[in-house]
Amino acid sequence: MTLKTEPFVVNIGPQHPSTHGVFRLRTTLDGEVIVDVEPIFGYLHRGIEKLAEERTYGGIIPLTDRLDYLASMSNNMGYCMAVEKLAGIEVPERAEYLRVILAELQRIASHLIGVGAFFNDLGAMMTPIVYMIREREKIVDLFEMLCGQRLTYNFMRFGGLSQDIPEEFLPALRKFLDQMPRFIDEYDQLLMDNEIVLARSKDVGVLPAETAINISASGPVLRGSGVKWDIRKADPYSVYDRFEFDIPTGTAGDAYDRYRVKVEEMRQSLRIIEQAVAQLPGGPFRSKVPFLVRPPVGEAYAHIESARGDLGFYLVSDNSIAPYRFHVRAPSLINLTALREMLIGWKVADAIIIFGSIDIVMGEVDR
Amino acid sequence: MNIVYHGIAVPDMKQLPPDWPGGFFWHWLVFTVIIFTFVFTLVMAFTWVERRGLGRMQSRLGPNRAGPFGILQPVADAIKVLLKEDIVPSRSDRIVHWLAPVVAFFPALLIFAVVPFQNGALLADLDIGILYVVAISSVSTVGIFMAGWGSSNKFSLLGAMRNVAAVVSYEMPLVLAVIGVVLIAGSLSMNQIVLAQDIPLILLQPLGFLIVFIAGCAEINRSPFDLMEADSEIVAGFHTEYSGMKFAMFYLVEYAEALALSAIIATLFLGGWRGPVLPPWLWLVIKVFAVFFLMVWTRTTLPRIRIDQLMALAWKFLFPLALINLAITGLQVVAWPDALPWTMIIVNFAIAAVLIVLWSRLFKVGWGRVEV
Amino acid sequence: MTAVLSPRNIADRLEKEFPGSIVSSDDNSFEMNSTFLVPAARFLKDTPGLDFDFLSYITGIDRYDHFELVYHLVSLKHNHSLTFKVRCYGRDNPSAPSLTPVWRGADFQEREIFDLLGVRFEGHPNLKRIVLWEGFDGHPLRKDFLG
Repeated sequence: MTLKTEPFVVNIGPQHPSTHGVFRLRTTLDGEVIVDVEPIFGYLHRGIEKLAEERTYGGIIPLTDRLDYLASMSNNMGYCMAVEKLAGIEVPERAEYLRVILAELQRIASHLIGVGAFFNDLGAMMTPIVYMIREREKIVDLFEMLCGQRLTYNFMRFGGLSQDIPEEFLPALRKFLDQMPRFIDEYDQLLMDNEIVLARSKDVGVLPAETAINISASGPVLRGSGVKWDIRKADPYSVYDRFEFDIPTGTAGDAYDRYRVKVEEMRQSLRIIEQAVAQLPGGPFRSKVPFLVRPPVGEAYAHIESARGDLGFYLVSDNSIAPYRFHVRAPSLINLTALREMLIGWKVADAIIIFGSIDIVMGEVDR
Repeated sequence: MNIVYHGIAVPDMKQLPPDWPGGFFWHWLVFTVIIFTFVFTLVMAFTWVERRGLGRMQSRLGPNRAGPFGILQPVADAIKVLLKEDIVPSRSDRIVHWLAPVVAFFPALLIFAVVPFQNGALLADLDIGILYVVAISSVSTVGIFMAGWGSSNKFSLLGAMRNVAAVVSYEMPLVLAVIGVVLIAGSLSMNQIVLAQDIPLILLQPLGFLIVFIAGCAEINRSPFDLMEADSEIVAGFHTEYSGMKFAMFYLVEYAEALALSAIIATLFLGGWRGPVLPPWLWLVIKVFAVFFLMVWTRTTLPRIRIDQLMALAWKFLFPLALINLAITGLQVVAWPDALPWTMIIVNFAIAAVLIVLWSRLFKVGWGRVEV
Repeated sequence: MTAVLSPRNIADRLEKEFPGSIVSSDDNSFEMNSTFLVPAARFLKDTPGLDFDFLSYITGIDRYDHFELVYHLVSLKHNHSLTFKVRCYGRDNPSAPSLTPVWRGADFQEREIFDLLGVRFEGHPNLKRIVLWEGFDGHPLRKDFLG
């Protein structure tokens, strides 16, 4: 017997507990099953690209903090690298190492939130995310030690960092590095083989590798689909070519694989930090850079592997103190391209976790 | 001997519960007051235990400001929520919207009429006690569906639909598992069931206990079956559009149902008020808290399952197991009525373990998409 | 390291394949005639040895007299990259062919350029404003936009 049912439209968001910000999914449902989805963006659009055209190069660094607000350090780094490329600024070795340490710490912090929020979307009543925020807190404390900020760090400068690390930073980092692997194991024990987690996320929201490449997905989304592509390996920037680490990849490209990739990446980040701390050289933390940078006419593109993927900054200079054009290649936005076909045919509950597994930050999507 | 007990003819049983405290109206009045006090106090205690327990398990403190150890937090919550504005959506069905919390709340309260606090200390020692519980507990669903329908909100409707589906499905294994207890105790009366438990029936009915606990959790929206109010999916489910006092009612329903389920499980499987040294009512409260703690524990640990997985679990996992459990119990009661309890305990635990392992191999809740 | 392919070489190959498609080329990028954009993109994507399967980003620049679209391609297979540009003229209704049929990654980025710069992408399946609301007046990233 077939029942005649009538589809109805449900707005998931912009104020919804699990849209990770102000995202809106205009879904058409047939019962519980999603028939059609239209993602609607723009609730957090602040016009950062336009604002940047009115600010000095240095004044844009705080704006980049507000793109991916869960990984400000990475944003700082990507932007500073673009300006350094444009203006030909040298970065001292110590600063490069410290940048790598900070960016990797930031990746761990961001993935902790990403994984925790994913489990919240799975309906795990806060427990995983509270545990993970507990660990993230330690990283945030480390950052606070550096710059006094806990979310928007504004710490990197052209040619290095805004200041050298205080002497208590490295012992604290050492302690964190000793503790963290045990905690990651603990989370895996709690979550990895949980039958409900497997039942909910295995084979759910599969993104095949060809599609993932075709939609320009990057970061854990691309690697979850089994494509071994990491900017740190493929196009090594800073001093990443001096460290040994693996690129974890998934096999099926489902929500579970994307979650696993993030967890494994945390382990690899710890490896990188260990090596970077061991190799950390002395010397200046910043090269001499004029207060107002006036890069020559031209354009530059620098990209890094941020926590969410291939984060790129494209700058066009007209030899003034402000960029002529400032463009952000936002991985969060581009990763969402296949969202519609990933969601159609799934139930509402699945839609939430598929969306959660892509792990976006609205600040970066809407800019 | 013709015994009339509160107007109901009681069959000649091994012992007659004392008429406590005596007189029809006094009995009615005293126990109504006791039940109200019991339910409201314990619901407040439950919210406190749940929040503190969740906090502890999540390595945070939980509410600790109002009163010592935050013990007055429920009072503060209640005052806050009662003072809030009552917002009714403009396109809602006002009468249904208004009536829904009431319809949902009363069944939860009515269940306690048959929960014994002591030998014979209950509002009405119905001969069909457990049947009454099963019948009444489903009525809340009507209230919840009214809330979902009357709010004129799609999230509410989805949540209410899920709730109806869950209750209809889970009532089956629940009742079948309860029948196992009835077979052993030889009575449907809650008081007689307690009196029959010289050893707690959880030992003789381990599988039945698990099925009742799981199915009960599913019926009263406890995690991991809380998908009728799945906050990450459908905001707050059926009570999305409720605020102020009506929301407080639903909040109360949620915990009153948890309390009712805990009390029923404590009565059926854990020996109810029976226990050494401490007064009987205290034993009941302790057992109720023990069961509730189990619920809090699962809530912090497990993610939520999907609606089709919920259905699959009910019909493919719990239902067959409940049937098998019933058949085995019936066989045991008929064939070996005088067997030593300890052999039976070992046999039943072994059977439960084998069945659960077997079914978890045979049946997968399902990865990926399930076409329905 | 992602090798940056010489734009001059690629421009020569494209010019050979599609005569008249290349406007100019230098060491960093080459500029393509917008009419040849889609076939050239398919050529870059499907030709063995080039295999540009990954469209890294698209962006637009307002140069007052024209809009410059910048395309950055990467080949995950060979780990090399290429940047090229397309000009579209006119301030009232500048347009360029859409690359969404070739790389679906262009979808949201083209919508964003349409939204913020007002460049129409012909052949885009769903060309709507993406970050601003329908009915917003003007295109904020244009240099002459006054908020």
